Amino acid sequence: MVASKKISSKIIIYILLIAGVVLSIAPFYWMIVGSTLPSGEIFRVPPKLLPGDYLAKNFQTLNESLGIARIFWNSLFIALVYTLFSTLISAMAGYAFAKFKFKGKNVFFFIILCTLMIPSQVTLIPLFEMMVTFNWLNTYQAIILPTLASPFAIYLMRQNMKAIPDSIMEASRIDGAGELKIFFTVILPVTRPAMAAVGIFLFMSQWNSLLWPLITLNSKEMFTLPVALSSLIGMARIDYGQLMLGTTLSTIPIMIFFLLLQKHFISGILGGSVKE
Amino acid sequence: MGVPTPLSSLILKFLEVRKVARLEQTEKVVNAKTNFRVKTRKSLLTPKNVPYFFIGPAFLLILIFTVYPVISSFILSFQEVRGVEKSFIGFANYTRLFQDPIFYKSLLNTFQILIVQVPIMLFLSLLIAVGLHSSMLKGKAFFRISYFMPAITALVAASIVFMILLDENFGLVNYFLSLFGVDSIPWLTTPFWAKVSVILVMTWRWAGYNMVIFLAGLQNIPSDLYEAASIDGASKVKQFFMITLPQLKPVFIFTVVLSTIGTLQLFDEPFILTGGGPNNATMTITVYLYEAGFKFFDFGYASAIAYVLVIITAIISWIQMKLVGDE
Repeated sequence: MVASKKISSKIIIYILLIAGVVLSIAPFYWMIVGSTLPSGEIFRVPPKLLPGDYLAKNFQTLNESLGIARIFWNSLFIALVYTLFSTLISAMAGYAFAKFKFKGKNVFFFIILCTLMIPSQVTLIPLFEMMVTFNWLNTYQAIILPTLASPFAIYLMRQNMKAIPDSIMEASRIDGAGELKIFFTVILPVTRPAMAAVGIFLFMSQWNSLLWPLITLNSKEMFTLPVALSSLIGMARIDYGQLMLGTTLSTIPIMIFFLLLQKHFISGILGGSVKE
Repeated sequence: MGVPTPLSSLILKFLEVRKVARLEQTEKVVNAKTNFRVKTRKSLLTPKNVPYFFIGPAFLLILIFTVYPVISSFILSFQEVRGVEKSFIGFANYTRLFQDPIFYKSLLNTFQILIVQVPIMLFLSLLIAVGLHSSMLKGKAFFRISYFMPAITALVAASIVFMILLDENFGLVNYFLSLFGVDSIPWLTTPFWAKVSVILVMTWRWAGYNMVIFLAGLQNIPSDLYEAASIDGASKVKQFFMITLPQLKPVFIFTVVLSTIGTLQLFDEPFILTGGGPNNATMTITVYLYEAGFKFFDFGYASAIAYVLVIITAIISWIQMKLVGDE
């Protein structure tokens, strides 16, 4: 009796959990199916839940209205360059805060903590004015530079680098290694897991970012994927097939990365704040 | 070049003192290291100045792209901007703000969404996490990945897919509901349901994210606590309330803080799903700021909105810090 009760409660938990999985995954399925259907078929009642053969046609219309290769490249280039430099800059700053004593350290750190608390919306208007003054609207640097020094990433790198024993650095110094050499050949390799997590966090936040690119990019050939997608919605007649395909194209690369590196990915997206 | 002036002689003297000091220092270093073979390589970066080199780029960028804009925005909030002309108008932007029904609406909407969405989502996340954690399930990794999947999508992408799913006449959601005899729901076209839709998308997107945080928290609870409790004869339900929940408190506060700050800055979902409508029912603080700034180019007014958001965030963060401070 007790055993069967246990089994039946286990089955109920399974059913509920699987129902939750279906709800989590179904929108992805519909997104991919939708990208193979013409606009009209997406809204058919009863719906067609299997892939159609309209993928190539949707790609063609999407490419005609946006120049999708160029937009994909914009998103990829911006996110990669941003991730590379932002990770390096935050690792450098985190290292200084974790491992050195210097004048003004507390003041610098206090300022960084303050910027961590302030909602970024408050910088939008002056930053936009600044971009106009620099003549940087519709440029890559307008997207990359303003958030390049991420207070959150600096903070995380600092936390991670605190765990490195000072003796490693001292030993290298006695061997005559210069400070830069110590940083690049001793410190960075040790903190690789933290850098991977921070890198994924930064990449995702840039790849998915809408508000700032929406403000600074208004010529089509400079659009990133989120801006391009939001511009499709603004069109007088929305072609849902191409919209679904665009959404799929912006999601699939991340999905593949996620499935390949899911452990790193989860800790990265959670900002390395959760340790398992 | 003639007689040295008092000032330049002072500088010369200073340099000399420095030189002596430096000589002394190198002597000390050499003395200290006589046992080692010291490679004397001239480097500009010493352990003394190198931290400035390391924080330099980050600090410069933060000064230019964060500190300056934060100050500039504060000044702008007391100005009227017409093209390139700026003039001080005192508190006029703020007084206008507090008489602006749409601004009140956006505040109210943001808080309504906050108060309904965050508890529902966190409850769901906790439920899934406990379900996954407690039962000796097979395929835990599969469940974890599946539930986390929504958290990797761009908010724009999620909002677009839901916009299509929630279409009143032809959307899949209403179709499935109709199979159960539910009348078609005007998800995106009536004020009440538009808010529900925004909450729905947010919950879909973030529940798994918070679930993983809870799961990590659950795994960190020492198992001997449960063992001791079951020896004492405490039921599973009692164990949940007496052990699990209290132990999860710090994780819980963490997720509440994250979700609250995120919701206060809500933009992508309402912007894509409903554009703030219908009838401003999903107008949030940030959407309104965007409209004031970049649709009407009313920079002074938009800056005032931004500063109200700063103050609200500061107050709420302060309250939450106080709550954490009790620990």
